Amino acid sequence: MKYALTLAAALGATTALADTPVLTVYAGDYFTSEWGPGPTLETEFEKICGCDLEWSTGDLVTRLLLEGERTKADVVIGLTSDVTAKARATDLFAPHGQDNSALTLPIEWTDDTFLPFNYGHTAFIYNETTMDAPPASFEDLLALPDDVKIVIQDPRTSISGLALVLWVQAVYGDRSAEVWEALSDNILTVTKDWSASYGLFTDGEADMVLSYTTSPAYHMFAEEDFTKKAAIFPEGHYFMVETVGKIAGTDQPELADQFLEFVMSREFQTIIPTANWSLPSALPQADWPEGWSELPLPEKVLFYSETEAAELQADAIETWRAALSQ
Amino acid sequence: MARRAQPVSLWLGIIAAGFVVAAVIAAFVGIGQRIETTTGLRAAEWQAVRFTVWQAFFSALISVVLAVPVARALARRRLPGHTLLVTLLGAPFILPVIVAVLGLLAIFGRNGWLNTALGLFGLPEVSIYGAHGVVLAHVFFNMPLATRLILQGWQAVPAEQFRMVGQLGLTPRMVFRIIEWPILRQVVPGAFVLIFVICLTSFAVALTLGGGPRATTIELAIYQAFRFDFDLGRAAVLSVLQLAVAGAAAVLALWILPPIALQTGRDRAVRRWDAPSVWGDAFWITLAAGFLLLPLLSIALSGLVGLFYMPFSVLTATWTTIWVACVSTVVLLVLALPMAAWLAQARWGGAEALTLLGLVASPLMIGTGWFILIYPYVSPTAFALPVTALINAMMALPFAVRILLPSMRQVFNDYGRLSMGLGLRSLALWRFVLVPRLRPQIGFAAGLTAALSVGDLGVVALFADPDVATLPLQMYRLMGAYRTEAAAGAALVLVALAFGMFWICDAWGRRYAAG
Repeated sequence: MKYALTLAAALGATTALADTPVLTVYAGDYFTSEWGPGPTLETEFEKICGCDLEWSTGDLVTRLLLEGERTKADVVIGLTSDVTAKARATDLFAPHGQDNSALTLPIEWTDDTFLPFNYGHTAFIYNETTMDAPPASFEDLLALPDDVKIVIQDPRTSISGLALVLWVQAVYGDRSAEVWEALSDNILTVTKDWSASYGLFTDGEADMVLSYTTSPAYHMFAEEDFTKKAAIFPEGHYFMVETVGKIAGTDQPELADQFLEFVMSREFQTIIPTANWSLPSALPQADWPEGWSELPLPEKVLFYSETEAAELQADAIETWRAALSQ
Repeated sequence: MARRAQPVSLWLGIIAAGFVVAAVIAAFVGIGQRIETTTGLRAAEWQAVRFTVWQAFFSALISVVLAVPVARALARRRLPGHTLLVTLLGAPFILPVIVAVLGLLAIFGRNGWLNTALGLFGLPEVSIYGAHGVVLAHVFFNMPLATRLILQGWQAVPAEQFRMVGQLGLTPRMVFRIIEWPILRQVVPGAFVLIFVICLTSFAVALTLGGGPRATTIELAIYQAFRFDFDLGRAAVLSVLQLAVAGAAAVLALWILPPIALQTGRDRAVRRWDAPSVWGDAFWITLAAGFLLLPLLSIALSGLVGLFYMPFSVLTATWTTIWVACVSTVVLLVLALPMAAWLAQARWGGAEALTLLGLVASPLMIGTGWFILIYPYVSPTAFALPVTALINAMMALPFAVRILLPSMRQVFNDYGRLSMGLGLRSLALWRFVLVPRLRPQIGFAAGLTAALSVGDLGVVALFADPDVATLPLQMYRLMGAYRTEAAAGAALVLVALAFGMFWICDAWGRRYAAG
C-alpha cells in the first residue's frame, strides 16, 4: 500500500528524493560496515537502478525465521551454505533467475534459489618468518610437534568452525575421531568466532589459525605484508560460499531482479575481492584484480551439499566435541 | 502481620520489581509463541551444566577469598595512590570480554610477560589455557568488584568501634571476631552470589581460555540453540535451567545472611587505632594492583599504537554509546533506588533474588523474546538502541541493588525513626536523608552501570541498523575486517570511555564521602 502511494506520487510529481523506490537488502553486519563491500556496492547500484538501496543488518536466518511472511526484506545477501537449508525451508525465497553457467566457481552449482556471489576455502594460516616447517599436507598437520599451537573456532557458534569439522569429515570420514585426537595436543584453544582466533594469531599467541585461503590477500594488498601464508593441502580444502536470494513476497520484484543481475555483473564482481577479501563467483581468473591470481589456491575442493551437510553436521560436531573434551 | 509505618513507601519498589519480572516473563511469552518442537537435553548439555556450576563456584570463591585481605588492607591503610587504586578497581569488571582476554594473554599467554620472564631464568613455561585459566580470568574481572563491595562494608563500621578496640588493646584475632567477622557475614554471601551468577552466564571467556569444548557453559548452549539451531524451545529450557541454578544459589546465599543488626556511629571515615603490621597490608595491595593493572597497561600500550589507524566512524559510535549508557544509567536508578528502599525495609532480604532475573535470563533470550512481540507493530531496528539500553540496565540491576542495600539499611536504621518523627516522608526523605547519605553508593552503582553499558555488545548486534553502531559493535566490525590495530585503538577508546564515565559518577559520589 505504502509503495502504491509512493508510485502514485512519483507519477504525479517529478522525482523528488523522498519518492525514490526503496530496495531493502538484509546483509550480514560485516558486509555493510565501512570496511566491507556494502558502501561501494550501494553507490554503484544506485547509479543504475534509480532507487534507494537500504541495508538492514543482523542475523539473517534468525531474523527471517522470526519475521516470516511479514519480512521487510526484498533481497537477502550473505547466506552461507550451512544456513541455506534453513533459509529454503522458510519458503520465503523465489528463484534467483540468473544463469548458473556464468559462475566461475571451482564446483558445479545447480541451485536456482541461492546465487553465489563470492567464495573461499578453509585453510590454516601461518607466519613464514616464525614457522620453520609449515605442514604441506593434512597428514603433516597431524604429525606436527606438540609445541606448534593452532587456534580454531567453535563449530557450534561459528561458520568457519563448522566448515572445519566438515572439512575433517570430508577428508577422513570415519577416522575423524582419531584425527581430532591427534590434533588435540596442538589445539591451543577454541574461540567463539573468527575475529577472536585471528586476534590471537596476529598477537603471536598461536602459530597457526583456522581461516581462509584468501586471508593472506588482505595482508599482501592492504598491508604489504608478505609473511602470512595459507598452508595448501593436497587432500583438498573445504569450499565456503556466500549467496544471495530474492524474497518471493517482495513489493519491488523488478528492483530485486535488477540487484541479482547486478551481482553477476563485472562491476560487482571486481569490487568483491578487495572489499570482502574473498574470491568473486562469476569472474574468470584472468580478470581478477592485479596480484590475486598469484594467490596460492588448492587444486582439490571439497564440499557437501546442504542436504548432505545437514545429515552429517550433528554427528561431526559431536565427534569433535567428544574428542577434544577428553 | 502487624503493619508498621514505613518511612518510604514500598509501592514504588514493588512496582519496579514487578516491571523487571514482567519484562522477563514477556520475553518468555514471546519465545513461547514461536516454539515448535523441543528436543530433550543432550549429554553434552549436561556436561556444560556441570562445568558451568563448577567454574562459577570456584571463580566466586577465589574472588571473594582474595578480596577480603585486599579490602581489609585498603580499609585501614592509606598508601600512596590509594584513591586511584580504589577507582581503578572498577576497571576490570567493565572491560569488554575480548579486550580483557587479550590483555590477560599479553601477561599470562604463551608470548606474555610472565612466560618471557620465566624464560629468562630458564624456568618452564606456564600455560593459561584450561579450567584454571577460566577461573583466573573470572577472578580478574570480579575480584575487584568483590573488593569494592567488602570495602564498603568495612567503611560502614563506626569509627568509634575501632577507637574502642584500640583503647582496650584487643588482639587482632579478637578484633576479627568482634568487628570484622560480623561485617564479612553481612557482605560476603551477597558478593559471592553475584559473582557466581555473572560467571554462570559467561561463555566467550570460558571457551577461549578453557582451551576447548571441555569449557562449555550453559550460555554457549543457549547461544547455539538460538543462533545455530534456531531451536527456541531448547533455548527456553536452557534459560530456565540457568535461572534455576542461579536462583538456587541466590536463595542459599541470602538464607545464610544473618539477621540484620546494625549499630549507629558518628558517620565518618574509618581510622584504625589498633595497629596491625603494615607489611602484610602492603603485600596484599601490591599483589592486587599488579594482577589488575598489568593487563590494563598492556591494553593501553597496544591501543596507543592503534589510535593512529582508527577511522572517524569510531567517534560517531562513541557518541551513540554515550547516549545508550546515559539512558541505561537513568533507567537503572529509577529501578534500583525504589527496589533497594523496599528491600531495605523488608525483614527478609530474599526478594533481592528478583534483581538477578534480568542478568540470568540471558540478554539474547530477552532480546529475542521482545523482538517477537514488537515486530508485528513497529520496526525493531528503531528500537535496537532503547532495547539495548533497557537490557543493559536490567543486567546492572543486581549489582546496583547489592551496592545500595547495606547502606540503605543502615540509613533506615539510623535515621528512619528520626525522619518519621520529623514528618519527613517520601520525596522529602529521599531528598534530605537518603540521597545525600547514599551518594557514594549511588555514584558507584551509576558508574558501574554506565561502564557496563559502554562495554556491552548487547542485543544491538542482532538487529542493528548499519548506520547506528555502538563502540563495541564497531570494534567487532574492525576485528572482523582484519583491522586488528585499529580495533586495539577502538578498544582503548572503549576502555577510556567506560572508565571515564565510571570515574565521573564514582568521583561524584566519593567526593562527599571524603569531605
